Amino acid sequence: MTDGIWVIGGGVIGSLFAAHLSRVAEVTLLCRRAEHAAAVSENGIRVSGRADFVGRPRASTDPTGLADAGFAIVATKANDVETAAAQLEGRLGDGSVMTVQNGLGAEEVVRDHGSWPQLSAVTFMSGTKLADDHVEYVLDTPTWLAPYEDAPLELAERTASLIVESGLKAEAMPDLEPARWSKLIFNATVNSVAALTGLPHDHHFAELEQPTDLGHLVRGLMDEGKQIAAAAGIALREDPWEMNVLATQRGSRHYPSMLEDVEARRPTEVDFITGALVREAERRSVEAPLMTAVYRLVKAREASYL
Amino acid sequence: MRVTVVGCGAVGSLFAANLAQLDDVEVWAFDLDREHVAAINSNGLRLSGAGEVVGEVRATTDAAELPPSDFGIVATKCMHTAAAIEATAPAFAGGAVCSVQNGVGNEEAIAERVEHVIRGTTFPAGRVVEPGHVQWDVKGDTTIGPFEPSPAPAVEVERLADACTRAGMPTQAVADARGPQWRKLIFNAATNPIGALTGLTHGRVCEDPALRRLVSKLVDEGKAVATAQGIELDADPEELIDHAARPDVAYDHKASMLQDVEARRPTEIDYLNGGIARFGREQRVPTPLNDAVTALIKGLEASWTL
Repeated sequence: MTDGIWVIGGGVIGSLFAAHLSRVAEVTLLCRRAEHAAAVSENGIRVSGRADFVGRPRASTDPTGLADAGFAIVATKANDVETAAAQLEGRLGDGSVMTVQNGLGAEEVVRDHGSWPQLSAVTFMSGTKLADDHVEYVLDTPTWLAPYEDAPLELAERTASLIVESGLKAEAMPDLEPARWSKLIFNATVNSVAALTGLPHDHHFAELEQPTDLGHLVRGLMDEGKQIAAAAGIALREDPWEMNVLATQRGSRHYPSMLEDVEARRPTEVDFITGALVREAERRSVEAPLMTAVYRLVKAREASYL
Repeated sequence: MRVTVVGCGAVGSLFAANLAQLDDVEVWAFDLDREHVAAINSNGLRLSGAGEVVGEVRATTDAAELPPSDFGIVATKCMHTAAAIEATAPAFAGGAVCSVQNGVGNEEAIAERVEHVIRGTTFPAGRVVEPGHVQWDVKGDTTIGPFEPSPAPAVEVERLADACTRAGMPTQAVADARGPQWRKLIFNAATNPIGALTGLTHGRVCEDPALRRLVSKLVDEGKAVATAQGIELDADPEELIDHAARPDVAYDHKASMLQDVEARRPTEIDYLNGGIARFGREQRVPTPLNDAVTALIKGLEASWTL
């Protein structure tokens, strides 16, 4: 991987990748807003929390330079993958592409725009964007990578090594689905419940003492998710409920992105996360009344302000 | 006869001020709002809107001042029933106490302190606009009947119904008052939390087909719990829900639970969906969606205290 890396999308995940990778590679962050690119060009990206340094990626709003990129990381929100993929089309030459969205389906969207070797990734790292040029690195959990379609495993392994070298955690694996579905079920549940209740992902999500405690709903949603995964022939890598219990015991309050989106009255990723599971359930004739209910409620909540 | 209204908010005031119009009824009111009580004692209790009434009501914040009463009418929010009846029970040692509150479970709480209990369901509505003054928004009927486990004699139920009706609050005495109560309960439980969780008015909830299906599933669970108890609804909640969604009825109405949530006031969820779920557990009728919305609303309430 001698050529430059382009990171598309300067949210939390894109900023964390761009800042870290800039320490071991030529990195360009492709931003939507000119002020964002200007701030990063001028000040770099400060990372605080789990790490403490200033990364110095290039930053631009102009995708023409992609021609020289050897590798592109699409780190936008799921809703913006189509726009990002359109920017890659006809520009990214011999490079390869990694998608790292929540939910399902980003790979297909990118594939429709080119025949590059692709990697599928899910990331468990999290953070908070404090400014255009400052990101707080909160959870240093790993990014998992796997080849998409016929890309070589070796590409995933090389990419994982580079990410690890840059200071983040990563692991390559031949098949992403078991990990991806674990995260999807976890995310669909935690994000939807957080968005509807206003609660950060905290101890309430694991409480089971009273019949009306939130943990019962969380577990019920995750059980439906597991049934959908089983019907799809996926053996989960981790149990979502155990992931939930572990995360709520960490002590730090995590504000899931869907909660932040609802509070800022932005469109959420619910269609790509919770909606993805509901659609899978319908396709495979699995009953998922709770997942369907929270999906509809978040959609309606969005409709109340969009 | 002497009637003491316990909880002189909007609904309590409608009963108190109207009953005070009758020559043969002396009305007392117990309420914890000092300004409201002082205003009632100086200027009378005033209603405006659907009817212009000023009632001579003797109000107090001190339950020890209450004289023995023939009837109590409890109109507090559900979560205050137990405390309110504990304070006022001595005044009802020789009388009967009627709940005109939302939800289910109030009569049970009253029966722990009072021997003769009347189950009531009322539809008139209003709001307190200033101390001593209530806006009467909607006229409507009231149905009352003996509370089976510790019933008031039928003749007493009829005496109270007659007084209310003569006072301009049409009230019907029936042998089994559970039908209207569960009809109102199911209506409220299927619509209130959906409004509260999404921020949508009643009309907008009903015109989203997916959301309207969720409302119907909540209705179905409520009906199953009612049926298991041998309760016959006096009207179909589905029809009432669709009727209320009409532009000329209550399309723009924000459910009271949505108003509570917007003002960050504790909701009556434990007595609405939580009540259906509780009776469901007793009858071994599963109520997964009522459980789910109960947990979500309780989570929402918990988020205010973070």
